[in-house]
Amino acid sequence: MKLLVAISQTPETTARIAFKDGGTAFDSTGVNYIMNPYDEWYALVRALELKEEKGGTVTVIHCGPATNDVTLRKALAIGADDAIRVEMEPASAYSVAHEIAAHAADAGYDLILTGKETIDFNGALVGSMVAGLLDLPFISHVSKMVMQGDTVLVTRDIEGGVEEIEVSGPFVLSAAKGLAEQRIPNMRGIMSAKTKPLQVVSPVGTDLPDRHIRFSVPPAKSAVKMIDPSDMDTLVRLLHEEAKVI
Amino acid sequence: MILVFAETQEGKVKKSAFEAVYYGAKVAADQGTTCTALLLGQAADGGHLGRYGASEVLQVDHPSLSAFDSSTFSKVLASVAQDKKATLVILPDSANGKSMLGQVAILLKAGAIRGANALPEIKEGGMEIGRAVFSGKAFAICRVDTGVAVISLAGNTLKPVAEGNEVVVKKVETVVPSPRTRVVNVRRTTGIVPLPEAEIVVSAGRGMKDPSNWGLVEELAEVLGATTACSRPVADSGWRPHHEHVGQTGIAIRPNLYIAIGISGAIQHLAGVNSSKVIVVINKDPEAPFFKAADYGVAGDLFEVVPQLTLALKRFKEAHH
Ligand SMILES: Cc1cc2nc3c(=O)[nH]c(=O)nc-3n(C[C@H](O)[C@H](O)[C@H](O)COP(=O)(O)OP(=O)(O)OC[C@H]3O[C@@H](n4cnc5c(N)ncnc54)[C@H](O)[C@@H]3O)c2cc1C
Ligand SMILES: Nc1ncnc2c1ncn2[C@@H]1O[C@H](COP(=O)(O)O)[C@@H](O)[C@H]1O
Repeated sequence: MKLLVAISQTPETTARIAFKDGGTAFDSTGVNYIMNPYDEWYALVRALELKEEKGGTVTVIHCGPATNDVTLRKALAIGADDAIRVEMEPASAYSVAHEIAAHAADAGYDLILTGKETIDFNGALVGSMVAGLLDLPFISHVSKMVMQGDTVLVTRDIEGGVEEIEVSGPFVLSAAKGLAEQRIPNMRGIMSAKTKPLQVVSPVGTDLPDRHIRFSVPPAKSAVKMIDPSDMDTLVRLLHEEAKVI
Repeated sequence: MILVFAETQEGKVKKSAFEAVYYGAKVAADQGTTCTALLLGQAADGGHLGRYGASEVLQVDHPSLSAFDSSTFSKVLASVAQDKKATLVILPDSANGKSMLGQVAILLKAGAIRGANALPEIKEGGMEIGRAVFSGKAFAICRVDTGVAVISLAGNTLKPVAEGNEVVVKKVETVVPSPRTRVVNVRRTTGIVPLPEAEIVVSAGRGMKDPSNWGLVEELAEVLGATTACSRPVADSGWRPHHEHVGQTGIAIRPNLYIAIGISGAIQHLAGVNSSKVIVVINKDPEAPFFKAADYGVAGDLFEVVPQLTLALKRFKEAHH
């Protein structure tokens, strides 16, 4: 199987979220970056498992500047065979999807995996856009995937339940919790990642149909009202009369 | 005009579709245009969408739309949007809506905004809409200049009110490409409002000590008509199903009322829930970080407080009926 995994990089989950330049750009001062959890824990690991079961290759692709090579090296250390970095500042899901689709168009991948969403911009768009650009079937929120001969049985999370779907031929999926278990790179992986191919390519480029122009952080909550634990009637009254939520 | 994909489930219009139509009709009124709802597949109660502001309800009913295929649904929605010259296409921010959003944007060469949570503003010819970013830790304004925008609407953005009249559903014919995926089974916990749509959520964490104690949480949820949720370690250790996991790496929710029981309030948990309108925290540790994000706090033992709260709510419900 020839597998492609789209890898993004996001601020660490405990990073301080602040903006600069009058709220027009994310302030990355002092922020540590990680591989987006959905890409690392689920999409990449499931791709590696498939390769181990069926043979083949796992390529990872990332759109971003050279500073992000550490993230691609980590993906190689976890087990990917080779990496591609599209040299650009990703400005929207659309621009990223375009580059991934341009790379994948004639490369003959059997499966393209993305994460469910990035934990910074929460777009949940790239996978769907790649599928749209390549006219491939798309299955989102995949929490399980098993091969059954020529067809693949995919379990997809839907509101309050799951849907089981059969698909054959190449498709695009977005990975959700449950699809695989996080793998920690071992020493051998880290050493071999240093010599695995990491190819840097120029972007094909697109216009930007949408962009984030202003950011703000929510105002601090007003002080919490503490309620006597032995007086739940008061809590209920406040929820009804003051908060008006029951 | 504004086109809303009115999602259905088991042949009935989903609550999120009424919300989307209500939102679409508000935008249409602001922009001096009309709002059309589109049903894909069968729906018995499509005419109700008129009550929430759709001036027209269209339906493409075709055997290939009886089960969801993201690509087929996207293509049909995009082709109707093109025929109708829609300038704004609204989808629900559900699993299906999100999965279609990017494809519809590509097909229409439109800007895409996931999880709009406010009404759009037209500024210098472009459309600007607010949305949550960084898993709810921040807000952003996203701007679309392409003339056509495709958005998914975050749940509970506006409270839909039935102000209009029933309309007659009009069937439309359009090319329906054959699905390339086949739904073979759907398993749903019945009778429960799904988390992203729930107005009240009762959520519990490791403070519960043991999965056998969840009866407390379920009883409270039952009197409130609430949906239950949990913190990540609770789902990870198999105490509760994964689909209940809320937070930065789980489901992001914004109910009117979020009650957190025995949850410490780690930043990754708060990320997914702090857009809730009102937050109640029950925790025995008065220093628990969650209290800083709460509107109402109860510093006490959940095994005493939660049954007391359930009883107080029962008394309240009886007095108000
Ligand atoms: C990359 C990453 C992503 C993450 N994503 C998420 C996510 O999406 N969602 C999420 O929830 N977490 C997430 N986490 C985990 C998060 O950091 C916390 O570990 C987790 O939220 C803690 O869960 P908890 O509050 O249930 O448990 P604990 O932190 O153990 O808190 C239990 C609480 O219960 C209270 N308690 C104990 N006994 C009682 C009692 N008898 N009565 C009342 N209160 C009691 C305690 O005072 C304590 O505050 C993530 C972590 C990482 C690193
Ligand atoms: N800059 C990027 N480079 C490569 N893949 C990306 C990038 N950004 C997002 N993706 C992929 O698309 C998925 C969804 O991202 P998004 O649509 O931005 O929420 C991520 O989980 C990644 O798999």
